[in-house]
Parts: sequence; C-alpha cells; structure tokens
Amino acid sequence: MSIEARNISKRFGSFVALDDVDLTVKPGRLTALLGPSGGGKSTLLRIIGGLEEADSGRVFIEGVEATNLPAQRRNVGFVFQHYAAFKHLSVYRNVAFGLEIRKRPKAEIRRRVDELLALVHLEQFADRLPAQLSGGQRQRMALARALAVEPKVLLLDEPFGALDAKVRKELRDWLRRLHDEVHVTTIFVTHDQEEALEVSDELVVINQGRIEQVGTPDELYDHPANDFVMGFIGEVTELGGRPVRPHDIEIFTAPAEGTVAAEVVRLNRVGFQVRADLRAGDEQPWAQLTRSQAESLGLEAGREVWLRATTG
Amino acid sequence: MGRQGPARYGLRVAALVYLGVLVLVPLVVIVTKVIGDGWSQLVDALSSQAALTAYRLTAEVSVIAVVLNTIFGVGFGILITRYRIPGRRLLSALADLPIAVSPIVAGLALVLVYGPVNGWFGQSLADAGIKVIFSTPGMVLATTFVSFPLVLREVVPVLEEAGTDLEQAAKSLGASAWQQFIRITLPTIRPALAYGVVLSLARSIGEFGAVRVVSGGISGAGQTQTVTLLIEDKYQQLEPGTYQLALLLVVVTVVAIVLASLRRDETKTKDFL
Repeated sequence: MSIEARNISKRFGSFVALDDVDLTVKPGRLTALLGPSGGGKSTLLRIIGGLEEADSGRVFIEGVEATNLPAQRRNVGFVFQHYAAFKHLSVYRNVAFGLEIRKRPKAEIRRRVDELLALVHLEQFADRLPAQLSGGQRQRMALARALAVEPKVLLLDEPFGALDAKVRKELRDWLRRLHDEVHVTTIFVTHDQEEALEVSDELVVINQGRIEQVGTPDELYDHPANDFVMGFIGEVTELGGRPVRPHDIEIFTAPAEGTVAAEVVRLNRVGFQVRADLRAGDEQPWAQLTRSQAESLGLEAGREVWLRATTG
Repeated sequence: MGRQGPARYGLRVAALVYLGVLVLVPLVVIVTKVIGDGWSQLVDALSSQAALTAYRLTAEVSVIAVVLNTIFGVGFGILITRYRIPGRRLLSALADLPIAVSPIVAGLALVLVYGPVNGWFGQSLADAGIKVIFSTPGMVLATTFVSFPLVLREVVPVLEEAGTDLEQAAKSLGASAWQQFIRITLPTIRPALAYGVVLSLARSIGEFGAVRVVSGGISGAGQTQTVTLLIEDKYQQLEPGTYQLALLLVVVTVVAIVLASLRRDETKTKDFL
C-alpha cells in the first residue's frame, strides 16, 4: 500500500510545477503535502492519481508501476476541493457510483453504501440531492464516495479549502478519527500549516516544485531543514540576525549572559497569550508569552528589557 | 427592487412599443387576415395536398438537421471546452459564422460546392448518382448550416461552468470516457441541450433563404417545397392560403419555445432548492 513517485517533473508552458521530485509515502499513514499555493503539491497529487500526466518520472502504487495506467484503473479515491458532487444524483447514488460502474450486485451495493453513509454520518440524507446539503456534508459524501470502491490510496486535494473556519476545524478532527478507523493510505494537500500539523502523521513540505523536507510534525517543527521550512511551519521572528520561534525568546528585566538590550514597543493580549513587540537595535523581534509570564515580568510598553534566544 | 418613477415607466413603455411594432402588429395582421378568410379557408389551406407534402418535407429536413446539430453541437462543445487544442478560439469563432453569414450566401456557397453543373464535387457526385442540390440532401445541409450554432451556444457555457472536476471524479471512480459522458456530462447539460434542440428545431422549420437557394422550389411529385417555400410560392402567385400557413408556422415555433423555456425554468428552480 505504499506509494512511490520517482523523478517526477512537470511543466506547464515555461512554468516548472515539479522539478525532479521523489516521494515515498508509507502505507496506512496520513501524509500531508504542505506548501504555498503554486508550489506543485496539487500537481504531484494529481499525477499520483492519474488525473495529470508527468513529463518524466514514474509512479508506483503498492510496488506496481502505475505510470501509464489510466486513472480509471489505478483504484485511487480522489476528493476535490469543491466536492465534485454529482448534482443530478442522490447522496445514495453518488456514493454508489463507483460500485455501479463495477457492476457489483445490488444487495452488495446497498450494504456497502449504507455502511459508508453511517461512517460519514449521512444515513438520514441518503435520498437528498447534493444541493440540499451543506458544504461539510457534501465533502463527507465525497469522501464516502471515494472510499466506496475500497481504494488502495485516498487522495484529498485541499479537501477543506472551500469550507468556513469552524466547519474546517470540525472536519479536520473528524478526518483524523476516520483515518484511525479506516487506515487507508491517505495523502492530502493543504496550504494550511496548522491543519497539516494537527491531522497528519507525516508532513512533506513542497515549495517551488521541490520537496524541502519530509518528517513527522514534531521533527519539522523542532528541526527544520532550512529557513523556508522553519518559516512555513510555525511562527518565526528574528533575533541577533537569526530566525527564532517567538516563544523561544526569553525576556529578562536585568542584563544576563548572552542577552541584548531591547525596548517593549507594544503589548497585545489574545486570550491567554501575550504578544510583545520589541525593538532591539535595528531589529524588531516579537515574543510570545503567557499572560502570567508577562505579568510577573511586569511588562509594559516603553519598558527596557533584555532578550535571549533559548534554543538554536 | 429596481428603479422607481418616470424613468422606469418610460423604459417599460419603450420596450412595449418596440415589441409591439416589431412582433405584435405583424402577428395581429396575420391573425385578422386568417379570421377574415374564414374557417373553411383555414381548413382547406392547411389540408391541401401541397401543404401536406410540404409538412412532410419540412419535418424530414428539420429532424435530420436537428439530429446532426445535436450530435455535432455536443461533440464540438466538448472538444472546445475539454481539450487544449490549438486554434480553439478560431474554431469557436468559426462556429458562430452561420449566425453572421446571410442564409442566401450560405445557400449559394453550397451550390458552388455541390452544384451539379459548376460545383466542386458536383460532377463526381452526379456521376455517382447522388443529387445534393435541388434535392433533399442539399436542403438538409443548408438547414443544418444555418442552425448549427444554436445547440452549441446553449451547451458550451454549461460545460464551462461545470468544469472538469465531475468528469475527473467519475474517472477516478472507474468510469470510462463513454460512461463519464452518459452518466455525468449528459445529465449536466440536459436542460441546456433541450433548449438548444428546440431553438434549433424552430430555426430549422422557419428557415427560408438558404433552403430557397438550394431547393429549386419544385412543386408536385419529387417536390422540394418546405412550408416556408410553399408560403412564398402562394404569396407570389396570389393564391389563397399564405396567411393560414404562416400562422401555423408561428404557432408551432412559439409553442415549442414556450414549452422549452417552461421546462428550463422548472429545472432551474430545482437547482436552487
């Protein structure tokens, strides 16, 4: 159930979407392709799914070469950002689509579709048309439809991109739980680092047609391979000419070893967090503290403090 | 909603007067003529031998033209919306040509290509025993030509708006190209297609110019007179029946379009539920 893409290159005119990319996805995992828009992550996903053809390179699904296999025969489930719901078919018929194409017996289709509708909590909507569902419900229907054919791999292209923030968050948690139940090898594309960190087992950071780093969310956060990955995954500010996480800036009220003098420019409280905008010489770093930290230090705008980066 | 006051009424009156002069007055004239001529005259005109054969020919020509336009309109629409072919824009512009070109010119062009005397293919076709010009095939060609863009122009915006996601989703679920077309594409464009077919049918039934040039207007046995040509003939000969037949054409096309737009509104409302 592993997926491998070797030496994949793809151009659109003069634009290089993917430049000699190698990717191995471990079986049963939930892997996120993360990167800025236009970085090539969707293209890579579509090449794996057979919806786009690479200029060069090869794709293997479960060790079998799929490079020249049409999408119909790759047995992958694909979920689109804008749901791609079949508007003229009921929710039931949408989910049954792949099974009807495969000419499975009616009774088997019925059993399987009912099972899937229960899995995505849409049992009571079986006879509705997609237009009568909310965005989140439509996307759950699309997931059930993709899972119906028992795909070797599930490919999700910005699956929550068209949903509003609250539904996004719900569906994200739901996808994580669903994957823990179903265990199908899943790759999903997102440009939202929070989403990727929260949901995935493994992260692949893609930028400008290349893979920058592969690893678990913790590995990438704690040991970013380069400044791009550091900046893309988590917040970053600059102190002493080097990138540093805002929560890794230590604030002192008196000079200490390795500190630099700075002035508090502004304090901004968001919930239990405090953001301190600072000025240290030419630099304007900002630090993230808890409310009690800020209070015990007695921080206020205009006060002089001393800063040090804890790690790095 | 909308603008209030005199401007709004002014616009409304202008629109009504415009429509009235263009559409209503001529219609009223025809209807008064028909009523003035009386019931028996109407029945005679509509059931004369010439009329009956003209109906058959019109139906034959229109149905073939509409079938061809449906097949090619949908095929062409898919071609220009789904494939990155070079010269896409040019093709799309060319497809509008029949609307821009005068039907007479279209008819003449057909004669120049297929005509038995000086046509490009005319001689070889005549040798093979195939008669195009002054015969049904030529009339079908002419009618197909003038009504070609109607299906295409209804279908293309819908195909464009639907995008390729649906077909790709079906593809990844295992559907072959044909299954994608039958199960996904066709249901998606069906309301637009139905409307395009009706417009095309109405246009085909009413076509005069291009058909006039290629038909030769032969009446009697082996005749090449469609209803529109029969009307013109009767008008020229000052024979009775002109207005009765004209009214029939109007009624048929209006009914077709009203039915089609009613059905289209129905499907539209359903989409918004």
